[in-house]
Order: sequence, then C-alpha cells, then structure tokens
Amino acid sequence: MDLTTNVTGLQLRNPTILAAGILGSTASSLKRVMSSGAGAVVTKSIGVALREGHPGPVMIQTEHGFLNAIGLANPSYHEFTHELKEAKGEVPVIVSIFGRNAEEFKEVALGLIGAGPDAFELNLSCPHAEGYGASLGEDPNEVEKITRAVKEAVNVPVWVKLPPLTSIVKSGLAAQKGGADAVVAINTLPAMAIDIESRFPVLGNISGGLSGAAIKPVALKCVYDLYAALNIDIIGVGGVSSWRDALEFILAGASAIEIGSAVYEDMDVFRHISEGIARYLQDTGCDLEDVQGAAVR
Amino acid sequence: MHAEITQIVNETPSTQTFFFDLYLGHVPGQYVMVWIRGVDEIPMSLSYSNAITVQKVGDATAALFKLGKGDSFGIRGPFGNGFSLEGKSILLIAGGVGAAPLGSLAEKAKGNNIRVKTILGAKSAEELLFKKRFDNAGDLMIATEDGSLGYPGLATELVDELDLAKYDAIYSCGPEKMMFRVLNIAEGFDVLSRVQFSLQRYVKCGLGLCGMCCIDPSGLRVCRDGPVFRGDQLVGTEFGQYTRDASGKRVKL
Ligand SMILES: Cc1cc2nc3c(=O)[nH]c(=O)nc-3n(C[C@H](O)[C@H](O)[C@H](O)COP(=O)(O)OP(=O)(O)OC[C@H]3O[C@@H](n4cnc5c(N)ncnc54)[C@H](O)[C@@H]3O)c2cc1C
Ligand SMILES: Cc1cc2nc3c(=O)[nH]c(=O)nc-3n(C[C@H](O)[C@H](O)[C@H](O)COP(=O)(O)O)c2cc1C
Repeated sequence: MDLTTNVTGLQLRNPTILAAGILGSTASSLKRVMSSGAGAVVTKSIGVALREGHPGPVMIQTEHGFLNAIGLANPSYHEFTHELKEAKGEVPVIVSIFGRNAEEFKEVALGLIGAGPDAFELNLSCPHAEGYGASLGEDPNEVEKITRAVKEAVNVPVWVKLPPLTSIVKSGLAAQKGGADAVVAINTLPAMAIDIESRFPVLGNISGGLSGAAIKPVALKCVYDLYAALNIDIIGVGGVSSWRDALEFILAGASAIEIGSAVYEDMDVFRHISEGIARYLQDTGCDLEDVQGAAVR
Repeated sequence: MHAEITQIVNETPSTQTFFFDLYLGHVPGQYVMVWIRGVDEIPMSLSYSNAITVQKVGDATAALFKLGKGDSFGIRGPFGNGFSLEGKSILLIAGGVGAAPLGSLAEKAKGNNIRVKTILGAKSAEELLFKKRFDNAGDLMIATEDGSLGYPGLATELVDELDLAKYDAIYSCGPEKMMFRVLNIAEGFDVLSRVQFSLQRYVKCGLGLCGMCCIDPSGLRVCRDGPVFRGDQLVGTEFGQYTRDASGKRVKL
C-alpha cells in the first residue's frame, strides 16, 4: 500500500512525523527515529542563544499524559548547524525554531539555512517560556508578522505551529495570510501538578504543558476547525498513539500527523501506525486522499 | 513519591548516604530522579534499595547535603536497565563515587554465590567509598592517587596487571576517562561484550522522551536504554570523547 504523502511539496514515505522536542536534540537520535519508520522528523526548537532550560523536574508522567516544562533548552543555532548537517538522511528534516520576535526568528532561520533544512516549523506555541511560543501565537498580528519575515527570508516551506486556543482559527488564518505553507496543531496545553505532601508545584517551572492521550480530543477539534477554515496543509499533533488516532486526524483534515509522547511506550510507533493506516486503506479500498477531511461536514 | 530521610551516613569527606523510608525493588545500576524541592531534580543511582550515595558537586547536591533526618525529597523511579549479573566469577572496577551502584551489585553477586573481585580507586584513602562492602563481598584491591592506601596510582593501572579473559563479566563505574581506559584494555583482551559500563550523561526527563542524553552515533538513550551499556555498544561512539551540557552542546572530555 502506497502511503506516500505530499506535504507542502515535501515527499513523505508515510504521513507520520516525529513531533518537535521529542528525541530531537541530536542527529543520532533523529536518525534512530528515521530508522524506526517515521516519514519525516522535526527537531527540538532552536533559538538564537544557548539555553539550559528550566530547573527540574522538567517532565513527569501523570495518569493520562505527560507534563513538561523543558524550557526551550538548546545549544543555539550556531552549534546546531553541525547537528543538522549530520541529521540529513533518509527522510525530510524539519527544523523547529523559536524567537522573541520576527527578527530573532529570521536570524535563526538564516543561520540554519546553509545546513540544509527541508522546512522550518515556527514554534509559536510553547506554553512555558515567557516571551516566546504561545505568548506570540496567541496574537494574530505577531503570527502574521513572524510568518512573513521567515517566509521572505528563506526558500523552503514554512510551517507554523499553533497553541490550542479557542481562537486557534484566527491564528491559523493569520499564519496563512503571512504566507505559511502549513499549520501544525497543537502544542501542549497549559497545565500543572502539585505534590500534596510537600505542597510544592511539581514542575521546576511551576507549570508546563500537558501532552499525550489526554489532549487528543482537543487537538482533533483544532484540526477539524482549521481544515474547515484554511486552504493550506494542516498537520495534526496531540495524543496520537495508534493508527486509529492517526486516522481520526486524517479524517478531520490533517495531511500528516506528528507523534511525540507515544514514543514513550513504543519507539517503533511510526512503523506501527503506518502499517495500521495501510491496512485500513486496503480493507476499505480507499487511498489517503479519499479519507483526508472525509469527516468534515 | 515522597521519601523521608531516616538516616544519613558520612561515607567519605565528600559523600553521604541518605537512607529513606521506601524500599524500591531495584536492579543494581538503576537510578532514581531525586527532586530537591525548589532547587532541581537530579539522577542518582540506588546504592541500596532504600538509599542514595551522593557526592557534593553543585547546587542541587549542596541543597541535599543541607537536609537532615526527618526531612524529605521527591523521588521517581527506579529507572534504567541496571547491570545484568552473569557468570561465576566477576570483576568490579570502581572509581570515586562510581562505587555507588557497584556496592549493591557486589552484595547481590555474593548472595548468588558468584566470586567477586573489586578494584576500588579514589584520590586518597579517606575518599574510598564502600571499602567494607566490597571487602565483605570478596577480594578487594585498592588504588589511591596520593598513595595513602594500597597501590599508589590509578585503578586502571591495577587492571593492566590482570588477565581480563579470566572473568565471566566485568562491571565498571567511575570517571569516564577511567572507564574509557577499561574499554581499551578490554578491547585488547577481546572481551568487550563481557564488560558493562554505567554511563553518566545529562539526564533531564528520565523517561526517554526529551532526548538530551542520547549517545552518538547510535542514538541510544542513557536514561532509558542505559545507563548500563556493554563495551561492544560503546566502541566507536562519543564515549571517552565528549559529553553534552544542559543545553545539548557538546563538551570535550
Ligand atoms: C544515571 C546516573 C546516576 C548517577 N548516580 C550518582 C550517584 O550515585 N552519586 C552521585 O553523587 N552522583 C551521581 N550521578 C551524578 C549526579 O546526577 C550529578 O552529580 C548531579 O546531578 C549534580 O547536580 P548539582 O546540581 O549538584 O551540580 P551542578 O552544579 O548542576 O553540575 C555539576 C555537574 O554535574 C553534572 N550534572 C548536573 N545535572 C545533571 C543531570 N541532571 N544529569 C546528569 N548530570 C548532571 C554535570 O556534569 C555538571 O557539570 C549520576 C548521574 C547519572 C546520569
Ligand atoms: C518533552 C517535550 C518537549 C517538547 N518540546 C517542544 C519544542 O521544543 N517545540 C515545540 O514546538 N513543541 C514541543 N513539544 C510539544 C510536542 O511537539 C507536541 O506538540 C505535544 O507533545 C503534543 O503531542 P503528543 O501528545 O503526541 O506528545 C514538546 C513536548 C514534549 C512532551
């Protein structure tokens, strides 16, 4: 069964993509994910300067998902160019980048372009780093401005990753207006946990982002709404751990899905999901295009 | 989980063992993430099923050293693979605080009637960790850099004298330079697959998701696929060459 998918001009061997920030800091781990079947990989978000991230705990497992506040730890784009060059391999490498404003985003994109990224994913959605991510993604003007700045600076596809808000369609439309080739929905949801013995918030940063199974229904609605309103590619992310989850997102209009937390249970989740999608298509006598957006009524 | 400190033992001038009120069923070599509230969360090997043995090196460990009996910290785990105990006669090579996970391995081996020989190294006699535990578990050879006890020099110089082919399995934990030397010696004896090393890398999430502790070029995660790796998994990797800091930047060893 052919699962080849075209997303913003990139040929993916299947529609499963490693989500930003999961095993994405080094070339070797990105390559390990490629060999476990992913159709493409997204790197850890990279910025202008070295950041050590938040103090620990930076991540915990909860009953229904994970909480994380890594805090955009990264070695800066200067250092990451070596990693990116080495990461280039079997499948497209999409580089996630972040900044405080349009200038910083542009600087990072231009700094990395020489190392050959296949696309950029703009992190306008991280919920736990002040002045970055979601604080920009919630403002449609900033979304449009930043998207346009990067789009004008580079000649590779630009994806815009959005935070899960009730106004996500507004931000999505702003990204489209700024020239985005795709939107990616969603990042983690703002969340926290408290240790009842010590009465301390558990994350070093006090609060962070919820990922995993718990957020799937939220992400699915975001994708559904964006698909109805936008005419660029939508990439679904949030709680995908099985081929059935992946198909829900495709039925809601996603061209591809990113997978993060589910790597915890299964390193080969990409292969397993692709196999499941292939079986479903075979059984139903459809191809991917027939299914994509089929639930949007 | 909430761990209340039940007893603190001064092991050496720089290390203390913190016993707590939980018994974690663990494989020697497994570690826990220790949350010193309001400061940081750091990985620590279990030196007993109810204790960690800590060397004071920075903020989080200094904060831990300020705690007393009755105080508490948060704990997640045990995590990682731990040492796999094999054969009838084994060799342990420990350097400095690297003796922490090997102490409980030595005791488990003795309990299984495995012959244990240990080479224990430290800067000075007073810095030798778990001397008694290793002595009780079998044969002990000591090396101190200042010559205050045992062989004057590095632990690896004692390893040089041994026929590594005689041991069914070899276990090593200590400074990476020391372990890298052990790797080279083992390569000379063609026994790489019989040596198990416990690695130290910057462990952030402990769950195998953030990817900060992956080793090049295999992408194996120290926090989840390790921290224990066999010599044949480490040949030709970053091991002995470089590590990474909290940002993911490479740092030469
Ligand atoms: C699997 C594993 C088991 C360990 N077991 C023990 C043990 O039994 N006893 C012991 O004393 N130490 C152990 N360590 C090392 C211990 O985690 C560090 O010494 C501790 O994190 C230092 O924290 P700090 O805030 O005091 O120091 P900092 O000032 O933050 O850093 C000092 C140095 O410690 C290291 N370090 C800091 N944070 C981390 C981290 N999150 N992960 C890994 N290294 C870090 C870095 O190399 C750094 O340069 C282990 C490490 C690992 C990975
Ligand atoms: C440990 C961790 C680190 C993450 N880091 C980033 C990041 O650097 N940039 C980003 O855009 N999203 C980041 N995310 C969000 C994920 O890419 C993804 O949007 C989210 O986890 C939801 O997907 P999932 O439920 O499949 O994990 C991170 C998530 C986790 C769990």
